[in-house]
Amino acid sequence: MWTLIQIELFKIFRRPRTYIAFAAITGLIGIIQFGLKLDGDSYVDFMMRDITSSITVEGKILNGYQVCYIVLQVLLVHVPLLIALVAADMISGEANMGTLRIMLTKPISRTRFLLAKFMATIAYTLLLLVWLAVLALFLNMILFGTDDLFLLKSQYVVLLKKDDIFWRYLWAFGFAALAMTTVASLGFLFSLFAENSIGPIVATMSVIIFFTILSTLNIPVFNKIKPFLFTTHMIGWKEFFDIKVNDANEAIVGSIQNPQKIINSAVVLVIHIIGFFTASVLIFKKKDVLS
Amino acid sequence: MVLYNNMQPIVTVTGLTKQFKNLTAVQDLSFSVNEGDVYGFLGQNGAGKSTTIRMLLTLIAPTHGCIEIFGKELTANRNEILSQIGAVIEKPDVYKYLSAYENLKLFARLSGVKVTEQLLMDQLEKVGLASRAKDTVKTFSQGMKQRLGIAIALVHDPKLIVLDEPTNGLDPQGIADIRNLILHLSRDLKKTVIVSSHLLSEIEQVATRVLIIDRGKKIIEGNAAELFDPSQTIVELQTFDNGYAMEQLQLSVWGQHLQPQRDTAILIKLDRQQISQLHRDLVDMDIQVLSLQPRHSLEDYFLQVTSGNQHVDTYSN
Repeated sequence: MWTLIQIELFKIFRRPRTYIAFAAITGLIGIIQFGLKLDGDSYVDFMMRDITSSITVEGKILNGYQVCYIVLQVLLVHVPLLIALVAADMISGEANMGTLRIMLTKPISRTRFLLAKFMATIAYTLLLLVWLAVLALFLNMILFGTDDLFLLKSQYVVLLKKDDIFWRYLWAFGFAALAMTTVASLGFLFSLFAENSIGPIVATMSVIIFFTILSTLNIPVFNKIKPFLFTTHMIGWKEFFDIKVNDANEAIVGSIQNPQKIINSAVVLVIHIIGFFTASVLIFKKKDVLS
Repeated sequence: MVLYNNMQPIVTVTGLTKQFKNLTAVQDLSFSVNEGDVYGFLGQNGAGKSTTIRMLLTLIAPTHGCIEIFGKELTANRNEILSQIGAVIEKPDVYKYLSAYENLKLFARLSGVKVTEQLLMDQLEKVGLASRAKDTVKTFSQGMKQRLGIAIALVHDPKLIVLDEPTNGLDPQGIADIRNLILHLSRDLKKTVIVSSHLLSEIEQVATRVLIIDRGKKIIEGNAAELFDPSQTIVELQTFDNGYAMEQLQLSVWGQHLQPQRDTAILIKLDRQQISQLHRDLVDMDIQVLSLQPRHSLEDYFLQVTSGNQHVDTYSN
């Protein structure tokens, strides 16, 4: 099995297309960093314009943790497209090149073949998120330093102490990995049905956009299905940055406001991943290779 | 290790059928391939050759029928059987962004071969690609890709080699190379080869046994030496009452010469010198003959028994 995964990883990382995602993330984060480094104070003033009259904030608001949060809010909406570029190409790309039929005449069961490809897809997804973490968290910590994290929610503000933040980011990236793996498994499933990667990529993004709209629409008739849509749970990483307060309205260091919500979201995402992959195996085992 | 008796067929196909929604691509096809055969699989485009070959390689699941290879049922022993088969299916598609060496190494590992640089370079040397080993495949010509495809098919020293339309898109030199390779595999390396083509001339030069299919059905299977014997011919007989004629012929010595009937004609394979005797016997059997027309060559016969004559008719009109 390890040999198969090695081969799949080798193929993924020898294709120029693979590096588009890494280059895109580097470029986007670079632009945000450049902009904030150049004119970060204006951004903070704009962010704080409605609350400066009621509270006074001391210290360095625009620090590495703050920039990382901004980057994640912006990029985690678009990273699924970059994931789909590779995941949705895993089978359809092979069918398009004509290599699928050669691969499947080798003495490897279709389930093992698919599992190796899926593992390699997950490895790619994780590497992309590690790269995102390196640039968005670690590089920003170096470039902008560290301080408390000040977050504006719709009805309240959250202030996380400097020493109570890093672990939350590690968990947030872990959760994001789960969310992106769900996207990857959906793209992987769609890649079984086409002989070029454009269709599966577009289909994956269409489903994500469609479900995201359903997840955000405040129309009562859709509320019943929202808990079952994986897109509803993909933003669960933000829950790590909501903190409990005591009776005196003071933040409890090391706490999370609603850990059960995170667990529920993680379970829904895992069920989707298992479901998408199981469906892929069942379909692929019976698929006639006509390419 | 799969053991099989020399006299037993390596491949036995029984009642193979493949239905795609409303299309029956292969219908009740049965044939067998013996060890050491170069088995020519002949038919027009769309006759069902590739579908059959893909079923032999587990790329397509049969709707009905049974395939045994090396004496074992294919589906139940898939990996064991495939480990001893090398295949080139139509175009030799490989990873264009990898070099010839990397492609060969990758597929050799998938075939379970203990890969060494020496083994891979030897294999590339055999197909004349050693000097281009490090070049990416996207710079290769069609012929070079085909040779790389063959190197991939042979790298694990398989017992059975399946070549589906191996000369498609090749220039005359490439076609000759493939022909020589098939003969080398069969004569020198004692491999069993199944080779499909829609070109009779290709099969004629290499095959020891031949199967002709048309519209998914078997037309004829036999030894190439007999089928391609220039002294043999096919006589097309049309009578006033074909049913009666068939009945009489089957009861006579001509019964063993009868070929599967096509449309309104009865086909009889015989030595050219026997035609006059056949004519006399038809009169003796009181069969009212409308026409008795010998075909001049196997190609003529091939076009007759397959759908090829339709194309000729189209151009004639």
